[in-house]
Amino acid sequence: MFIVDRRLNPGSKSLENRQRFLRRARALVQGAVKKTSEGRDIKDVLEGGEVSIPLDGMHEPRFRTQGGTRDRVLPGNKKFVEGDILPRPNEGRGRGSAPGEGDSEDDFRFVLSRDEFVNLFLDDLELPDLAKRRLAEAESEGLQRAGYSTSGSPANISVSRTVRLALARRVALKRPRPETIAQLEAELEECRDEARRAELIAEVEALKAKAKRIPFIDPIDIRFRRFETVPKPVAQAVMFCLMDVSGSMSEHMKDLAKRFYMLLYVFLTRRYRHVEIVFIRHTDRAEEVDEDTFFHGPASGGTMVSSALQAMSDIVRSRFRPSDWNIYAAQASDGDNSIADSALTGRLLTDNILPVSQFFAYLEVGEANGSTFEMPDSSLWTLYQRLRADGAPLSMRKVNERSQIFPVFHELFQRRRNQEKAAP
Amino acid sequence: MTATADRLFEGADWDFPRLQRIHDACEEIARNELGLDTYPNQIEIITAEQMLDAYSSAGMPLFYKHWSFGKHFAHHEAFYRKGLKGLAYEIVINSSPCISYLMEENTATMQTLVIAHAAFGHNHFFKNNYLFRQWTDADGILDYLDFAKSYVAQCEERHGRHAVEVTLDAAHALMSHGIDRYPGKKNLDLRAEEKRAEQRRAHEQSMFNDLWRTVPAGPVKSAELLNSERRRKLLGLPQENILYFLEKVAPRLQPWQREILRIVRHIAQYFYPQSQTKVMNEGTATYVHYRIMNRLHQQGRLSDGNFLEFLQSHTNVVFQPDFDDPRFSDFNPYALGFAIMQDIERIVTNPEDEDREWFPDIAGTGEVMPVLRHVWANYRDESFISQFLSPRLMRSWRMFHLHDDPAESAGIKVDAIHDARGYRRIRRELARQYDVGYSDPNIEVVDVDLAGDRRLMLRHMVVKGAQLNETDAKRVLQHLADLWTYDVSLVEVDAKDNVLKEYVVSPRGLAAAA
Repeated sequence: MFIVDRRLNPGSKSLENRQRFLRRARALVQGAVKKTSEGRDIKDVLEGGEVSIPLDGMHEPRFRTQGGTRDRVLPGNKKFVEGDILPRPNEGRGRGSAPGEGDSEDDFRFVLSRDEFVNLFLDDLELPDLAKRRLAEAESEGLQRAGYSTSGSPANISVSRTVRLALARRVALKRPRPETIAQLEAELEECRDEARRAELIAEVEALKAKAKRIPFIDPIDIRFRRFETVPKPVAQAVMFCLMDVSGSMSEHMKDLAKRFYMLLYVFLTRRYRHVEIVFIRHTDRAEEVDEDTFFHGPASGGTMVSSALQAMSDIVRSRFRPSDWNIYAAQASDGDNSIADSALTGRLLTDNILPVSQFFAYLEVGEANGSTFEMPDSSLWTLYQRLRADGAPLSMRKVNERSQIFPVFHELFQRRRNQEKAAP
Repeated sequence: MTATADRLFEGADWDFPRLQRIHDACEEIARNELGLDTYPNQIEIITAEQMLDAYSSAGMPLFYKHWSFGKHFAHHEAFYRKGLKGLAYEIVINSSPCISYLMEENTATMQTLVIAHAAFGHNHFFKNNYLFRQWTDADGILDYLDFAKSYVAQCEERHGRHAVEVTLDAAHALMSHGIDRYPGKKNLDLRAEEKRAEQRRAHEQSMFNDLWRTVPAGPVKSAELLNSERRRKLLGLPQENILYFLEKVAPRLQPWQREILRIVRHIAQYFYPQSQTKVMNEGTATYVHYRIMNRLHQQGRLSDGNFLEFLQSHTNVVFQPDFDDPRFSDFNPYALGFAIMQDIERIVTNPEDEDREWFPDIAGTGEVMPVLRHVWANYRDESFISQFLSPRLMRSWRMFHLHDDPAESAGIKVDAIHDARGYRRIRRELARQYDVGYSDPNIEVVDVDLAGDRRLMLRHMVVKGAQLNETDAKRVLQHLADLWTYDVSLVEVDAKDNVLKEYVVSPRGLAAAA
């Protein structure tokens, strides 16, 4: 008999089958994921979870029979005698009749892992075409290990490699071992025979001399770790959340904005190893705040969008060098802005912000029951539209309802969409 | 009772040397006292995830890749995670060496039980039952699966994943009709044919009697009829093994597609005996583990506490809820098989008059194991039940037979109960319930219109009014048409040859056979 311990075998043997299944069910699963995520808080969107898809598309058909006369033997008779007629249970299901498989089970439920969920969730989205702005491929120098060298700074000595080489050299040159010398010396102590003593002394001396000639570590053994500089693509991004918190912004509007930021964050974390968020809120002056204050802190005042843009451009200059960071910005506002501010806002945007950003989105949030079509365009909307017409790479959308957030997000990042040309 | 030192283990923990001791102790009892004859054992310890893996590939350690296995995995996993379903304690594979998968979280008692159950009970059954001997090749199956896996992977590389998937989908849909139910007749080679014709001629000459000339012959067959008979004979029709027929005859399949059909067909054939011996297989294994565990306890190698643990899980395994119990789904094959085998033991050792009348061959012969070994070797579920289900067992299980005729509006009739008038009917009906010949629809390829539009004609012999589920039938026929690449028709006829329904399906493009 053999006993084999298979527990250490690489797991996920059926991973490939699972991926095939997901690929095949892609459209169905994607629909299910979107449906599931609608009912969720956006901060839980990242979690995996159970989804259910209609089994229809995944059905494996077989020839099988149904109906007809059925005979069945059952255990546990209590009171029936031969010839009894039992009423049929409704619709022929339940006791007494074969539990025939229905036409199909309603739904097929299974669990998606977190990664699978997010991948499916954001599958048909893509970051805007970055190459145009010549920043996407931005690279910086990085260090990478590249073997060993015989010269270098003492800080880079590779001890293990050095000791290994030293050992090899000592073995090759037959350096006497200290134990051998100690043993001979011990024998010398014991030995009373003069001739033998002289012999031993000579031998010990010879060995000691040889050990001295062959050092324990020789300079030729020493090795240094070598490093090479390699170009590294920038894998970090910063996301600026700009929001108008003046009195005209209601809780509902802030909630809409929050959801949009969350989605953007989820999306960016999937593309970049490191994502920082900067929250800038503004009334008629702007300040950088933490997340909690950003969404919940009380504030009131007039509205000057240029102040926020000025703050953002200052922060970019002081903390996020555009050559090192991919910069994304999303602005949410109800569209109010003082008319006098328009010129400054436009100038800041076109001269300072857009050239360094990968992407700038403007989200105009409205009241839940408001209709986007009946209201006249707000001052900010009009301004941004004019900038767009002049060729500024802006993305802008209007949102009233929570349920519109995802479609709008989706639209903004849809794959291979030429967003510069599309009408808003 | 022997001293504690003889105990195989104490408590719940086990390690590999202990497993070895357990196996050796079981083997000693199995060989010397029960006279079992097994393949060499290979015991593999696996985790829950690996058990789920095994579930989704029909228990086999290696299998080709297909999305449907991923679907099953996802399904089992969802149930397992929710705690709706426990996992089996073991899976055993009909191969030589016989591989048993043991879950790592089993206690030492459970491992003993599982080794006795799978590595000796199932193993003996696989090696000795006539169905397995006839239809499966235990030595070759793992190599064959390995071949199948790499062949399918190669095909994917060469012909694209999609083309392979389409072919496999179609083959899977027809899998239940890719089985030879009877050992086929071997085609004679030319020389043997010639020899036989010679013999026949000599026989006719020696038996010549002019009187036969005067006997009126049947009606002369028309040339057309003869022609169609000849065509059908050349194509080997009628043929119930649809996959085999496609593999050999389908006009436009690529060689690799034929090989894939063949692989699926072989695997279906390999599993065919298992579907016919569920009750016997589980009954054998349960009976064997019960005997071995009891003996180990008698020998003092199993402590009382561990024995109680065993009894508890054994009782769960052989639990049979009544028909009106919410837990009832059908007969529990473990319970039914075990009960009949224990009943055989009783009949052999301690028969009553009734048993002598019903089972004259085995009643009171005294030696249980030879009788059971004979039963295990030579029966399948259907014949086993129709031979060995005793009146006493029917009484104690209080079995009854329901006859549900949709034409009868009053309701379902209780056709027989566990009394003298009903024993034989109950036994016959229960045996029929386990006869795959009745439960699988009987579908045959009957003809191909070679001269016309090459339509492939199938016929479903409807038994007891049970027609095919329409949506499924259409889908399967679609797959079939894609492989055949010409129209396919299926008629459902009843016993009087009345056509109940007809399907005609055309192939979807030529994706399956470029």
